[in-house]
Order: sequence, then C-alpha cells, then structure tokens
Amino acid sequence: MSERLAARFAALRAQNRAALIAYVMADDPNPDVSLDILRALPQAGADIIELGFPFTDPMADGPSIQRAGLRSLKAGGSLKRTLALLAKFREEDQATPVILMGYANPIEQMGYADFAAAAKFAGADGLIAVDIPPEEDSPLRAALQNENIALIRMATPTTDAARLPKILEGASGFVYYVSVTGVTGAKAIGPAAAREAVQRIKRATDLPVAVGFGVRDAESARAIAEVADAVVVGSAFVDEIAKAVDADRIQDAPQNVAHKVKLLADAVHGAARTAQQESARA
Amino acid sequence: MPDDLRTWRNLPDENGRFGEFGGRYVAETLMPLVHDLERAYREAKASNEFRAELDAFLRDYVGRPSPLYFAERLTAHYGGAKIYFKREELNHTGAHKINNCLGQILLAMRMGKTRIIAETGAGQHGVATATVCARFGLPCTVFMGAVDIERQKPNVFRMRLLGAEVRPVTSGAATLKDAMNEALRDWVTNVENTFYIIGTVAGPHPYPELVRDFQSVIGHEARAQHIEKEGKLPDAVIACVGGGSNAIGLFHPFLQDESVAIYGVEAAGRGIDDRFEHSAAIGGGRPGVLHGNRTYLLQNEDGQILEGHSISAGLDYPGVGPEHAYLHSIGRATYLSATDDEALAAFQLCGQLEGILPALESAHALARVGDVAKQLGAGKSIILNLSGRGDKDIFTVADALGTTLA
Ligand SMILES: Cc1ncc(COP(=O)(O)O)c(C=O)c1O
Repeated sequence: MSERLAARFAALRAQNRAALIAYVMADDPNPDVSLDILRALPQAGADIIELGFPFTDPMADGPSIQRAGLRSLKAGGSLKRTLALLAKFREEDQATPVILMGYANPIEQMGYADFAAAAKFAGADGLIAVDIPPEEDSPLRAALQNENIALIRMATPTTDAARLPKILEGASGFVYYVSVTGVTGAKAIGPAAAREAVQRIKRATDLPVAVGFGVRDAESARAIAEVADAVVVGSAFVDEIAKAVDADRIQDAPQNVAHKVKLLADAVHGAARTAQQESARA
Repeated sequence: MPDDLRTWRNLPDENGRFGEFGGRYVAETLMPLVHDLERAYREAKASNEFRAELDAFLRDYVGRPSPLYFAERLTAHYGGAKIYFKREELNHTGAHKINNCLGQILLAMRMGKTRIIAETGAGQHGVATATVCARFGLPCTVFMGAVDIERQKPNVFRMRLLGAEVRPVTSGAATLKDAMNEALRDWVTNVENTFYIIGTVAGPHPYPELVRDFQSVIGHEARAQHIEKEGKLPDAVIACVGGGSNAIGLFHPFLQDESVAIYGVEAAGRGIDDRFEHSAAIGGGRPGVLHGNRTYLLQNEDGQILEGHSISAGLDYPGVGPEHAYLHSIGRATYLSATDDEALAAFQLCGQLEGILPALESAHALARVGDVAKQLGAGKSIILNLSGRGDKDIFTVADALGTTLA
C-alpha cells in the first residue's frame, strides 16, 4: 500500500482520531478554481482527499456528483487532466494522501499499466473504481500493486457474510463501506446500522474502514466517526461548488467548500472514541 | 475447426465472458443481485415448468411461432438469392421485444420480485415491458430520456395506457444511455424488491446471456421453418443491430452451422466518420466498458461515451452486445452498416413491393439484404429478421420525406 496513506492512518490511530475524507471532482468548476479548492481541503481539516475524475455515465452517482462531472467535462476535464491537476497539487503538498475515484472506461482507454504509472507519477495513493468489482479487478490490481497504489474495495449493505471475505481478500489501503443502498448523496445514512456494519467489517480485517455515500451533516459524521476510521463526505462539498456556480461567483467556491469541510472535520475529529475500539482486534 | 468455434455453444464462460468481452462491471451493491439473478436463471432454465409456462404465453399471448415468409417480389427486385422474412413484426406489440420481456417477467416473479423497472429509447421495449407488467399485475416504471419522450409521444402514451409510470430522464444527454444509467441507479436504490428488465443484450452478465436465450426462439423457429420450406439450411441470415437482441436471437441457433453466413447491420446514421453521427459501435467504435460489460463503444480518446445518431431511435445506442463484439473479433459474423437515407429508401421499397411497412430499425437490414442476395446469387437463400413493424415510425419517415401529417 502507499506509504503516504499508511502513514496517515497510523498517525490518526496514534491520536485516536477518525479521518475526514473529502471528495471533490477534478476540474470542477474549472482547472484553476479546482486547484484552489484542493489546496484548501487539508487546511480546512480534510485528512485524505478523494479526487473524482469525470465520466459521461456515472451510474453510481446521484444528481450532485453527476452535475459536477458534467461541469468538469465542460471545462475540458479528463483522466489525464485529473492527473495533471494532482501533480500540481503535489508541488505544494506531499503529505495528504489522494485517492482517485471514478469509472472503468477512462482507465481502460489509458491502459492499466500506463494508468498505474501515470497515477504514481502524479502522486496518487489509491484508486476507487466504482464499476470494477472484485470479480473483474485482478489485472488492474496487479498493475497498481507494481506502483504501490492501493485498490480500495467496497462493502455495502448487500454484502453478506459469504461475500465479505471475498472483498477483503484482495483489499488494500482501506475498506470503503457504502452505507446506503443507493447512489451518492441521495439517501441519508442510518448511523446505527452503519456503525453495526463497521464493527462487523472490523472484526474481519485489520484494514481501516471508511464510511461514505450518505453522510452530509456534522451529526451523522460524528456518529460514524465514533466507530469508523474515516468518514467520506462528497455531495455536501460538491453542492457548495454548485451553489457558487449558480450564483455566478465561482471565485467563492474554495472558501465556501473550506467552510463546510471545517464544519465536518470538527465533528469527525471531535467524536468520542474509546481506545478499546481501536484495539478491538488486537 | 479453430478452438473458438468449438466453444461457441458454451459461451459466455462462468465469468460472463465472450472471449475478452462481457463481464460484470457494476457497483459492488449490485454484485450480490447479479449473482442471485444468475442462480435464479440457471434454475429456471433447467425447469420444465418454467419452459412450459413461457412457451404457452409465447403461443397464446404473443402469437408464436411467427411466420417465415418468402418475399417474392423483393427477391425478384434484386435478382439474387431468395429472401425470407422472419415476421417478428407480427408479434403482440409489434416487435421482437416481447419475447424477452415475457421471459424476464416470469423470472422476476419466480424470484419473488414485486416491482419492475426498464429503460427505453424508442419506447418499443418500454411498451413491451408495460404490456407484460399489465398482464401479470406488477407495477412498472420505465425510464426514458426527456429528449426521446418528446420524439416518441405515441409510445409514451401507450405505456401510460398500459398503467406504467414513464419517468423522464434529464441527466446527461437525456437519451437511451442516460435512461439506462437511471434504471441502474434505481436498481441500486431499490435492490430488495425490484427486477430490472433490460431490453437488449447489454448490461452485466447474465443479462446478455438470458436476453439472448429468450430471443433465440426467433432463430430456432426460423431454422426449422426454412428446412421445412427449402429442405436445407439458409445460406445467410441478416438482422439489424442496435444493442443486438433481435440479431443474436436469429444468429445464435445458426452459429454452429458453418455454411451459414451471418450479417449484422449497424446504423451508419449520416456516415461513419469522426463526427460520430452514427450508431455503429463495431464499425466505428473501440472496445471499452459501459453499462456492465466490455464491448465496442462510441467514445473519445479519454473514454468518454459519445451520443451517436440514427434516424431509428431503437438503434441509437453507443454500445453493442458483448457477444456481437466477440463474433466480430473471431470473424464468425460480419457487421455491415446502412445510413439513414439507405434505411429510408429500404423502408419505402419494402412497403411498395411487399405491402409491409417495416420498423426503421429493421429497414437497416433491408437496406443491405440486396447486396447479400446478389452476392450469393440465385439458388441460395437468406433469412432477414423483420424485427418490428413500422407504424411507430410514420411520423419520423414523414418528417424525413418532407411531408407533414395532420
Ligand atoms: C423493431 C426493433 N428492431 C430492433 C431494435 C434494436 O434493438 P436490438 O438490436 O436489441 O434488437 C429495436 C429497439 O427498439 C426495435 O424496436
């Protein structure tokens, strides 16, 4: 796994804190503002960045991230441009882990080996390929392994006891628990059920467990952060960009996103965690 | 015989692959469902009871077998091989789509699902799905691009009359591929009770296989009917290819008959070139991953999917079923194309010579059948899949011919 990612989770564990993983779409609303937004994220308290690359047909995304993808494409966004954006971000920040997130076809077109090399060069630490399930991911996993990039696997409410071991078997980096059956940003999370699921997964793996897809507000972020190692928030940040675009004030987007990130980061970092949960498997 | 040929019958493999094509590229949330569906389908396929129930509905509700008709005047017009039409346009709802919808809804009920969703472009699959949902009393939601809803008003009204909810899709370009995205999003959201009836040989495994199997009734009947009429196999079969369900339904029972040439006809729209104003995924696309499988796609360098164009809404899809991609890659089938104008001309010719207005989709196959007939020459014979009737297209045709209908 990427050292940057491992180091970040180790540091968080030492402080008994959960991580806030902040998702934004590359080149949304345009490359310059997008770079400013990326740079604002760690300062506002994001521990890890999930950087989306655009795809015309994002079948697992709700309206917020769909529109973010369209804004990105309209601004010339692509997988190549996403990696260029990341490389620029890395000029000033070598510490914050960045996980790329997107769909299979842009990666397919670049080719797995070329993608892995380019992602490494740009400074990526992991990949979430939404529509490449374990049954299909071995060639990609091999290519990423060569470059020390984690392939993040997902567990969901439909993952039963028989399937979970299959998911964990080839997982690296962390396990992403998709807390709702649905698309990104659409349903609100049920924190109780998500907490239970996290505990179930943690009993089966030493990897950190992140929870995402339904977390929008500080309250649910805090509830999740009490048991999970990381909380992923995306649509709530992307919506801030949309609002700035709609108000014709895209220059405000970085600041507005940062404000929202700080709100959620404070909740995640302030969550009451017992040391015992950290060593549940020890 | 190359190894590839020997394995035809057994494809897809256990991973849903046809060679390098196919697979299961869906979000993890859907994977357990896709596995469930496969298990349920294997069980149904082995069940005599399921088969008998499906056959009874195909006979009494759809009107099968559909006739194999000798198109005598069209044959004379081209002066080559005999042309036979497999008359899928005579099915209930006017196209081959219902063969698949019946199979899938019976499967859905076997699995205890209580809600049906579907995507539609032209509205043909939507109408067929709404029809079987009405027949079996299941609630039905059809996703349809807002642009297509505007273009296909009669079918939208038909679906509503049949009790279906037609949900407009405004995301992306608001056409068929976006309707499919939205159906997948609905499925991922309502995994417990919902069955997704996909309208063509697309989607994740096992859809390309099960849709093919349900449509193969076309080829099985046609093969037996041709042998009965001519005392031999045909020399060629030909069908239009959108996603490719009517084509694979005709082709599949002939795959192992090596003497039978197989032709698919894609939509060349305004011509196959880098403007991408066509829907010929094999003729003008490259392999990639969309909607659950690896296949040929219209796409740019970055892997973004392009919209394409065809005068026929049912062919206006940027991909093609993975089994067609495979048959192309091993050379077992040949994929030709026909432009909007050629399809329009064939539409009129068929009406004038045979008294049959074909669907604009089927008219693409008709546009190439003359070439194949002449190439084969007299004494040979061809089966063309007349996949649907053209009533739904008269507005589009009138428009293209510069005629205004009241
Ligand atoms: C009459 C008819 N033929 C062909 C098609 C194309 O679909 P497929 O390639 O799956 O047969 C359609 C789709 O709507 C259709 O209505």
